Formats: sequence, C-alpha cells, structure tokens
Amino acid sequence: MAFQNETLKKQYWRDNLRIIGGLLAIWAFVSFGCGIIFAEALNAIHIGGYPLGFWFAQQGSIVTFVVLIFVYAKLMDRLDRKYGVQETEDAK
Amino acid sequence: MDQQTLIYIVVGATFALYLGIAVYCKAGSTREFYVASKGVHPVANGMATAADWMSAASFISMAGLIAFLGYGGSVFLMGWTGGFVLLAMLLAPYLRKFGKFTVPEFLGDRYYSNTARVIGVICLILASLTYVIGQMTGTGVAFSRFLEVSYEVGLSIGMLIVFFYAVMGGMKGITYTQIAQYCVMITAYTIPAIFISLEMTGWALPQIGLGAQLTEHGTYVLDRLDQVLNELGFAEYVAVNEHNRINMFFYTLSLMIGTAGLPHVIIRFFTVPTVKAARSSAGWALVFIAILYTTAPAVGAMARLNLMETFGTTEATEMVYEERPQWVKNWEQTGLIEFTDKDNDGTITYSSNEDENEVTELNRDIIVLANPEIAMLPDWVIAIVAAGGLAAALSTAAGLLLAISSAVSHDLLKGVFKPDISEKNELLAGRLSMAGSIAVAGYLGFNPPGFAAGTVALAFGLAAASLFPALMFGIFYKKMNKEGAIAGMLAGLTVNLLYVFQHKGIMFVESTSFLGSLDPNWFFGISPNAFGAVGAIVNFIVAMAVCKVTPEPPENIQHIVDDVRVPVGASLASGGH
Repeated sequence: MAFQNETLKKQYWRDNLRIIGGLLAIWAFVSFGCGIIFAEALNAIHIGGYPLGFWFAQQGSIVTFVVLIFVYAKLMDRLDRKYGVQETEDAK
Repeated sequence: MDQQTLIYIVVGATFALYLGIAVYCKAGSTREFYVASKGVHPVANGMATAADWMSAASFISMAGLIAFLGYGGSVFLMGWTGGFVLLAMLLAPYLRKFGKFTVPEFLGDRYYSNTARVIGVICLILASLTYVIGQMTGTGVAFSRFLEVSYEVGLSIGMLIVFFYAVMGGMKGITYTQIAQYCVMITAYTIPAIFISLEMTGWALPQIGLGAQLTEHGTYVLDRLDQVLNELGFAEYVAVNEHNRINMFFYTLSLMIGTAGLPHVIIRFFTVPTVKAARSSAGWALVFIAILYTTAPAVGAMARLNLMETFGTTEATEMVYEERPQWVKNWEQTGLIEFTDKDNDGTITYSSNEDENEVTELNRDIIVLANPEIAMLPDWVIAIVAAGGLAAALSTAAGLLLAISSAVSHDLLKGVFKPDISEKNELLAGRLSMAGSIAVAGYLGFNPPGFAAGTVALAFGLAAASLFPALMFGIFYKKMNKEGAIAGMLAGLTVNLLYVFQHKGIMFVESTSFLGSLDPNWFFGISPNAFGAVGAIVNFIVAMAVCKVTPEPPENIQHIVDDVRVPVGASLASGGH
C-alpha cells in the first residue's frame, strides 16, 4: 500500500467519495431534476427557440454529463497527487 | 455512375479497411485477445467504446423514435448517456485497477466464490445474447436494405466479416476496427444533419439549428413543429406528459444503471494502460457518443417537420399524389412508406384521425434513411450513410460477441472447469468460443425468437438488476460477503424477469402473460421496460439484509477492496507487467 498510514488511506477514500457525491448530485439535478421533474415549469423559460426543460432533456443534460466526467478525472488526478498515489510509467 | 454502384464501392472500401485491420492486428496471446494488451490510448478507447455502444438501432432508429415521441424520447437520450457518468465514477477506474480480463472474474475473486462467478457468467450471457439478437437482425436489415440483397444473404455477409476480424484479432482487432467504424458512422450521421440544418435554419450546427428560426417563416423550428402537429391533431412535440412522470423517471434510471452494468461496455475499459486513463477514457467515450446523441434530436425534429410539410399541413397544400417528390417514390418501393387515397381525390391527407389519414405506413426509420434524399444531397452521401449503418451494426455485434466468448473461455473453461489449461490452448479456446458465439448469434438472427422486439430492454433490465449492484457493492462496501452478493443478484434477476414475464408473457409468449400488458396492473405505473431500476433496488436491499446475518468476508478479501480503491499499490492481480 502506498499510504504512510491507515488514516491517510481513509482520508483519501473519504475525499474520493465526496468528489463522487458532489458530481453525482449535479448529474441527478440536470437529468432527473431539470429534464424530468421540473421540465414543465422550466419550459416557461426559452433560450432561443428551446423551451428550457426540453433543452435540458435533449441537449443540456448530455453536455453536462460530458463535462462532469472530465471534471471528475481532473479532480481525481489532483487527489492522487496530493496523497502521492498517482501512477508512474512503471506502476502500470 | 448509378446510386447502387456507388454504394457497393463505398461499402466495399470500408469492408476492405476492416479486413485489412484484422490482418494487421492479429492477436498472439490471451492478453491481446481479451484486453488488447491493455495498451489502448484513452482517446482511441473512447472512440472504440462509442462505436461499441452505438448500435444499428442508435444509428438508424433513434432519431425516428424521437421524431415521433417528441419530449418523451428524451428517456433514451438521457438514459443511454447518463449511464457513462455512473460507469466513469463508480465502476471503470476500480475494475481497471483490479486488472483482470472479464467482469465475472471480478465477481468470482471479490466474492471468493465460483458460484458468484458462474452467476455473473449467466447474467452476462443472458444480457449480451438478448442484446446481440437485435444486432444480428439489425445487420441483416441494414445489409439487405443498402446492398439490395435478401435478409439471409445480408446476415451471412455480416457474420463472415465479424468472424474474420473478431476470431483473428480478438479485442485487439475489434478495438481498431471499431475506431474505423466510429469514423465512418459519425461522418455518415453528421453530414446530412448539417445540410438539413443549414437548409432549414441557416445554422450549420444542428444542435443550434434546433433552437433557431426557420429561414422561410421566421418562426422557431420547435414552435412551427408544434403548430403543424396541432393543426393535424397530434400531441405537441415539446409538451410534458404529466401522467407519465414516474415511469419516465424509472425508465431513465433503468437505462442509466443498465448502461453502466452492461459487460461489453465495461470490458472496453480493461484495455487502457492506467486507472487515470480509464477515467478520462470514459469522458472521451461520452464526447464521441454525445456528438451523435445531440445531433439525433435535431435530425428527428427537422425531418419530421420536413415530412409533414411535404405531405401538406392544410387542405389547400395537400400533396398531390401524382406530383410526389422523387424520394417519396423511392421509399414507397421499400414499403417503409405507403399511401392509400381513401377519398379518391388524388391528394394525400396526413392526419391523426385514423379514418382520414391516408399515409397508411410511415416507418420511423425513414427519418434517418431518407434524410439525405429529402435534403437533396449528392449520391455519395447516401452511399456513406449506407456504410455508416453497416458500421454501427457490425461494431456493436463484435463487442457483444467478445464479451460472451471471453466469459465462456476465460470464466467457465479456465476459471471453473480446467484451471490448468495452457496459455496457447486458452487462446485457441477463446477463438473457438468466439466462432461458436457468432454461430449462435447468427442462428438467432436467422430465426429471431418471437420476443426479439422486447429483448434490448430486457438486456438493460438484467444488467441493471443483477450486475450493477453486485459490482458496486464489491467496490464501495468492504463488508459485503458472498452470501449477500449472490442472494442480491438472484433476487434482482428474479424480480425483473417475473415482472417482465407477468406483463409480457413467459419468454414473451403473450398468452402466458397472467396480468396482461395493461397499464392499471403496473406497479406504481412503471412499465416492464422501466423495471430494471426497481430490480436494482431489490438487489441492494436483499444483499444488505443477507449480508448482515452471515459471516464477514475474509481479511484478504477486504485487502483486495482496499487495493482496488487506490490507483497504485500491490493489487493481487497486477503482477507480471
């Protein structure tokens, strides 16, 4: 194990869970929230010809999903470095 | 040069490319055959995953589905993309760290039980086989439509090509052909979309065009669409169906969880070199998928509007049958579109009223297939669309077949029955089980079982209710033991199958359905297709309950979980690199 001690290992995992939790909250909010539950209310607002709820359901949620995964990759990369558990070439 | 010759040339060129890649990428070891030596660049793997994921149905049918469902079609758009977020954050990096070849292998090691592994194999084969039937019929339909051969001949050509590169190259060959297939597929999809958007709205990007004004009227595309649908008596395009909300919620959730739990998608992430690469690769996969999935709603809405304006939206503008455009004549010959002049006035009335409607057949696939002709694009674009449809069908079929054959040769043969099999013999067994899987899938393609139409939804339900929760527990809950995981998988599987069968009939034989397919009998109004999420919840509850009353997993298993959670460090499985 690459960690100095058990506490660091636990902290790393807790930070990881916090990142996932935050990002999945956004994931649920744009798709189930804006795309389904609040879709009708949001449809009162228009961006161009798109009613907002409809836009979230057919465009916005998908674009958000893409961004979420890259943000996750970036944050986890930073977390790995902070705890010194990033992969090096020979650690594959 | 006539249209058909051009199609033969373009499709022939793409096939030559796939076969060339197969020869170049011959697999020499089981590591190459199962996971392409874990040496695939994350962007390349993302592209291959996108091709793996997007089937003939995504390519040919999805835009049409959305065109006729409107807002309701969002279920598929969100469900089939949102699953990748779950996959990226909850499964892919950890399973990659675990570093083995198949999904059941993880279940077997993590739950220290061959029973768990075999149940994993059963779930995998059930899900992948039901999924592959749809791909085989899709291949047959696509080949016969584009190459003007019979369904059987089309299916045989498709099987031969997949046989060649999948048996020879395994995952390595499949990966590099999928990359080529993605390029063909996305070109074929976006070119007609860009042209139709330019023509109707003046915007090149269909994603913007869908929210823009029509050059002709100055009204917004979606407003005009709703206006025309209203005039003809159809439901509004963007309107939210109030009664449907719970079902929509669960349907979307089921597709998301199912997407994340489908083994043929998960194993793609075993092919990248590092955990870091697995995370970003999921992002790239979704980028490549999103290009098609955000274009599809624009194609659907614009083509539907185009179609209705061709037929005429008021009595005065109704299409005179004798003066119908050339593309209508072309597609009439295929039977995908049919007219019956009920009142013999020489014009065609399109209406939601069954008695008045004279467009008696309007297959939704026509939205994508006829798109290049509706937009009056040159013949070579039509040829590329043909090659794209075939690429979509072949790439998904190959990915599924690999998942099935590696489960058979690696999990059943090597893992359970003959652990001392040599590397060379296992590779041979891998090739043989690949050939066997192609034969079985082909047989099912020639004799599609009566339940073929319901199968893809069933595959998602199975993956969601059985595999996803077991995999998640394996990573996120250290104390989950084999008893809990096995009970959970079986419970999820049973609940899901029972619910689907009681409404759709045992093995989809309608007469055996004891509750009927009636909405009032649905549990909280949740349709059978949307039940995977409920199955997953049952799985979670049963697994937790059983786990609480049975012994903790052994110490060394808890260490495996610790290892899987961190990108570096001694994993039991990472040796030998």
